[in-house]
Amino acid sequence: MKILVAYKRVVDFNVRIQVKPDGSGVVTEGVKLSANPFDEIALEEALRLRDKEIATEVVVATIAPADAAAHLRNGLAMGANRAIHVVTDQPIQPLTAARTLLKLVEKESPDLVILGKQAIDDDANQTGQMLATLWGRPQATFASKLEIADGKATVTREVDAGLETLEVDLPAVVTTDLRLNEPRFIKLPDIMKAKSKPMETLQLADLGVESGDFLKTTHHAPPAKRSKGVMVKDAAELIAALKQKGLL
Amino acid sequence: MAKVLVIAEHLGGTLNASTARTVSAAQALSPESIDIAVLAADPSAVAAEAAQIAGVARVLAVANAANAQPVAQVLAPQVAKLAEGYSHVVLPSTTFGKDLAPCVAALLGVAQVSDLMAVEGAHVFKRPIYAGNAIITVEAPADRTVVATVRTASWPEAAKGGGGAVEAVTVDATLPTHTRYVGLAAGKSDRPDLQSAKRVVSGGRGVGSKENFETIYKFADRLGAAVGASRAAVDAGYVPNELQVGQTGKIIAPELYVAIGISGAIQHLTGIKDAGTIVAINKDGDAPIFEVADIGLVGDLFTLLPELENQLQ
Ligand SMILES: Cc1cc2nc3c(=O)[nH]c(=O)nc-3n(C[C@H](O)[C@H](O)[C@H](O)COP(=O)(O)OP(=O)(O)OC[C@H]3O[C@@H](n4cnc5c(N)ncnc54)[C@H](O)[C@@H]3O)c2cc1C
Ligand SMILES: Nc1ncnc2c1ncn2[C@@H]1O[C@H](COP(=O)(O)O)[C@@H](O)[C@H]1O
Repeated sequence: MKILVAYKRVVDFNVRIQVKPDGSGVVTEGVKLSANPFDEIALEEALRLRDKEIATEVVVATIAPADAAAHLRNGLAMGANRAIHVVTDQPIQPLTAARTLLKLVEKESPDLVILGKQAIDDDANQTGQMLATLWGRPQATFASKLEIADGKATVTREVDAGLETLEVDLPAVVTTDLRLNEPRFIKLPDIMKAKSKPMETLQLADLGVESGDFLKTTHHAPPAKRSKGVMVKDAAELIAALKQKGLL
Repeated sequence: MAKVLVIAEHLGGTLNASTARTVSAAQALSPESIDIAVLAADPSAVAAEAAQIAGVARVLAVANAANAQPVAQVLAPQVAKLAEGYSHVVLPSTTFGKDLAPCVAALLGVAQVSDLMAVEGAHVFKRPIYAGNAIITVEAPADRTVVATVRTASWPEAAKGGGGAVEAVTVDATLPTHTRYVGLAAGKSDRPDLQSAKRVVSGGRGVGSKENFETIYKFADRLGAAVGASRAAVDAGYVPNELQVGQTGKIIAPELYVAIGISGAIQHLTGIKDAGTIVAINKDGDAPIFEVADIGLVGDLFTLLPELENQLQ
């Protein structure tokens, strides 16, 4: 079984995002970039399936500028067999990401595609669902447990009401939630080994991806600030403060 | 002028409150009309409820055994068909809407606006990115259907008292059979629902154990509050996942939010930005939660909670 993992590079989740004063964007110069946390979980899940000999090959893919090759090397160091780098300088919106991933799916014929449930930069939460739809295959989003047997995946999903379980035929698209697993750390020897693993580079422009109607972002603003409140010294003062606000 | 189709969320024959919030966002588009689609095995009860929402013109009731459970890939082709003639298709930004909306957008070949928090015009919206640390203004193409999910915490529930007409509708779409619904393990609770409660009491890693969380439940019950939690508390197994508040959990806007033993990571704060009053109880006076709390109390939760309960008696 072959697994394709969508592996996006984003601003590290620990970075405090600053909006540029002129509203043209957020500050990304000199800011630490890392793998999207959900995509690391996606890769880890694929590697575990390979560890269990359910999967034979794990391919990581990203759609990003040329300098994201180093990011893909991290995916290889974590354990992926191969990487595919779709190079573009354009910012990629989910529908284009899904259409591009579909091209890779057609080329690679994976049995399973695992993506993060959302990229923590655009917080869109769309690409996996769009890919499944364009591909005409099942989707199991927000996965917290994944089992593969007899050409089917049984997926536990974190939904608002609790934990839902779906059984889907393969090939299928799964998107990860945070509790699916804890990604392994990359070890130094693996970084060396990753250097000789195959990385294929494709130009987005050569793939024939249909261009979409995009959303145009016209302005960035910082969120409304909450003003700093008061400190109370004990339980009695807290109750009094709540009563004064009419909350009790 | 805009014609809006809202896709109803429901569970166990009851309309979810997220639907009325989505209708509020639809109203902000100043549309010519708002219709609601209810897809279910037997939509009658939910459709009747949906027709009560003020400002709703028609409720399209789609009965199909395949719609017994909300399987996105089964619902999507039907919603895409229903979307014909509408300028906007909107869903709540709950796990139901997040799962389904992108499928509809993909079928229609349009981009999707996620987590719509404000409407500036029929095709101009505000939405959060980077866990709410930036708010962007986005413009959708004016000549294409807008598919959007609505950040429910940004919108009040639309009032009741409407008198929409319920119409049974059949949708001619080929539905896939590649997905089978196995079941839902829902935490049973008599407490108020986390997403619509006026008061919420949340516990974090500082609570220390599943057993200790009983003190949080007790305090919440005293206030008539729903119970929430940080991711750390869920990961540690103190409480089930559906209680998680934050970027990857629930985004809520109660009148009163009490954070107990929660440090205040940005991913958690994203979930409570719109709360009316935030109260923080933490033994570390430097915890970041105090930067956003309206009322802060430094101290040990195990001493303070019994004292607070006494005071409330
Ligand atoms: C992609 C991503 C998404 C995330 N999404 C979410 C999300 O949706 N929701 C979320 O909550 N987190 C989320 N997180 C995790 C988040 O970054 C924090 O790790 C988490 O919120 C910490 O939870 P906590 O405050 O309970 O724990 P901690 O940060 O460990 O804080 C515990 C607090 O308890 C206090 N304390 C300890 N003992 C006591 C006592 N006896 N009395 C009083 N106070 C005490 C401590 O002083 C401390 O401030 C996400 C992280 C990532 C990377
Ligand atoms: N440019 C990209 N390169 C690789 N994977 C992507 C890209 N964009 C989105 N994805 C995948 O789609 C998931 C959801 O992204 P989004 O829909 O943008 O929130 C991410 O977690 C990735 O797995």
